[in-house]
Amino acid sequence: MEIILAIAIGVLGGSGVWLVLRPRSFQVLMGLALLSYAVNLFIFAMGSLSLDKEPIVQPGLVPNLENYTDPLPQALVLTAIVIGFATTALFLVVLLASRGLSDTDHVDGEEPDDGTALLPRPGHRVGTPEVGP
Amino acid sequence: MSFAGLVEWTMPHLIVAPILVPMGTAILMLLLGDSRRPLKAVLNVLSCVLGVLVATGLVFWVQHSGEVQAVGVYLPANWPVPYGIVLVADRLSAMMVLLTSVLGLAAVLYASARWHKAGVHFHPLFQLQLMGLYGAFLTADLFNLFVFFEIMLTASYGLLLHGSGWARVRSGLHYIAMNLMASTMFLIGVAMLYGVTGTLSFADMAIMVPAIPENDRGLLHAGAAILAVAFLVKAAAWPLNFWLPSAYSSASAPVAALFAVMTKLGAYAVLRVWTLLFPQDAGVSALYGGPVLVGLGLLTLAFGIVGVVATQHLGRMAAFCAILSSGTLLAALGFGAPAVTGGALYYTLGSTLAISAFFLLVELIDRTREVEERPLYVGELESEDPFAYPVDLMPVRDVNLDDDEQALIGRAIPAAMAFLGLAFIVCALTIAGLPPMAGFVGKVVMLSALLNPAGFGDSAPISTAAWLLLALLVIGGLLQVIAMSRAGVRYFWATHDRPVPRLRIIETLPIGALLLLVGALVWQADAVLRYVNATARALHDPKEYIGTVVSTKPVPSPTATGEGGLRR
Repeated sequence: MEIILAIAIGVLGGSGVWLVLRPRSFQVLMGLALLSYAVNLFIFAMGSLSLDKEPIVQPGLVPNLENYTDPLPQALVLTAIVIGFATTALFLVVLLASRGLSDTDHVDGEEPDDGTALLPRPGHRVGTPEVGP
Repeated sequence: MSFAGLVEWTMPHLIVAPILVPMGTAILMLLLGDSRRPLKAVLNVLSCVLGVLVATGLVFWVQHSGEVQAVGVYLPANWPVPYGIVLVADRLSAMMVLLTSVLGLAAVLYASARWHKAGVHFHPLFQLQLMGLYGAFLTADLFNLFVFFEIMLTASYGLLLHGSGWARVRSGLHYIAMNLMASTMFLIGVAMLYGVTGTLSFADMAIMVPAIPENDRGLLHAGAAILAVAFLVKAAAWPLNFWLPSAYSSASAPVAALFAVMTKLGAYAVLRVWTLLFPQDAGVSALYGGPVLVGLGLLTLAFGIVGVVATQHLGRMAAFCAILSSGTLLAALGFGAPAVTGGALYYTLGSTLAISAFFLLVELIDRTREVEERPLYVGELESEDPFAYPVDLMPVRDVNLDDDEQALIGRAIPAAMAFLGLAFIVCALTIAGLPPMAGFVGKVVMLSALLNPAGFGDSAPISTAAWLLLALLVIGGLLQVIAMSRAGVRYFWATHDRPVPRLRIIETLPIGALLLLVGALVWQADAVLRYVNATARALHDPKEYIGTVVSTKPVPSPTATGEGGLRR
């Protein structure tokens, strides 16, 4: 189980970092979302990993980490999910505002001057021949 | 009832007041809807005044409570200490809360002249930002620090975009992306520290750290380092500060003035966590990361200096001054010596007030450009060459020279220009750290402590880093004076044909008050220095803090003592 969780966190985190470093704002948004998933799993893993154990004390069972899973990381994850979701939504709004004001989805609001600007991109039909009557 | 009596009567509930007052005000404002701006402006100002009073009360309490190192502890949910939320007001927290409240009041007064009309929900966002800042300064556990950071950041995203426009949206996008990444790092750091120590409370964690087995120590250090990255993004340490100049200079003036304290929040968090977890007597982990902090601080300082000289735009210059001040602070803190930390805290007070005033002033000065007839030349402000001969230094028709090219004397300077000029000089002197302003006193205290590590008269070896900091501070001061004089010449002496801006009292009042406070810091330098030095000693010897927090007991419930209560 540890291996699977570690690989999942690694894949999510790696993809997130790669996407955050991309030049398109939507890719950055997706990267931040993936990173927050990775972090949530990571916080979860920092408590004790256990199967079929609740964080709720039951009568007759000594309350220690042998018998229960650690409730605190779960509470932290819950808070982190809520906060991460809200801030990501806010980022999305600013992203759309930036897209509307600059007419491009580049994170800097302008296309890099390396020749790729003329390549066709989704949403921008550069070089489409005019349709005649 | 006297002020002292009132403070004593409200303690320890006074500690939670800086968080509750802005929260209540923000809720009330949201209920009022988005109309009724004048009413909300009045509410906002009243709430900020109350905040200043509460913060003054806290500072008064830690200063006069009878103990040398007073630590006020408040348990908001009345849970025992390592489990529940804990708020702690010690000397450092009280000082930072007071600084924030003063900046908040100045900014909101300034904003109520015109800026609050530039967009929706300015007032509630402003109060929420204050709530987040106060909470982050007062909280005593790592996860609540995260939550208050997020409250503060979420409000700051909204405030940064206040007034809208392409520049704000563009820098806002970068700012939000950067801070979301920083929050991710924050959570990773918190999780790792929790995994190693099994607690989130600062005090409890400080007790656990010496007992950590050797195998886990690397994990502890890694967790602390990752956490520090999150703090250093806020503190604008190089190379994590590229977002700051465009964000701060494009934000509206009152917002930027409030943001001036946000970089200090990052430095505060570093100082708080670092001194508690890795004090001088922590064995293997003693002062872990100190040299890195010094190095990053020096690089930040150098970056700020270059930025200040390289920019022609006043707003960006103010932003680079914030970076420079932050770099000085981080470098000084990294030495881990109480005397140096004391000087750095004094420097922080002076430079934060001055930078905040500078951000407000920049907008008023820029207003002389707005009403100008000649349009700005494209690229004039963003000129690549920092020493480009500005077009407006060319003599114009109504220049202040007579026929023989001799300067005319006795021509009256309009009061508005005189105020702007004087305020600019005070800002420049304070930020550059020239006598007689507060920046100078702070630098002298820091440097004399650095160059006499064993006290005056005792010769002890001086580290290379200390020499480097000395050199950078001196060179930085000189270059700042050059940059500021250049800007001053350009904006005040070369503006013959510009109409005089119309200033409102409510806009000049906060600037004047902030600069008077800078003056008061020098006037009362002895008292302030005694306060900050006691703060620094308490920080570097945190036993009192830890002891007081851990020994705080929840208030017993009325039912348990058998007197009244619900179960009757």
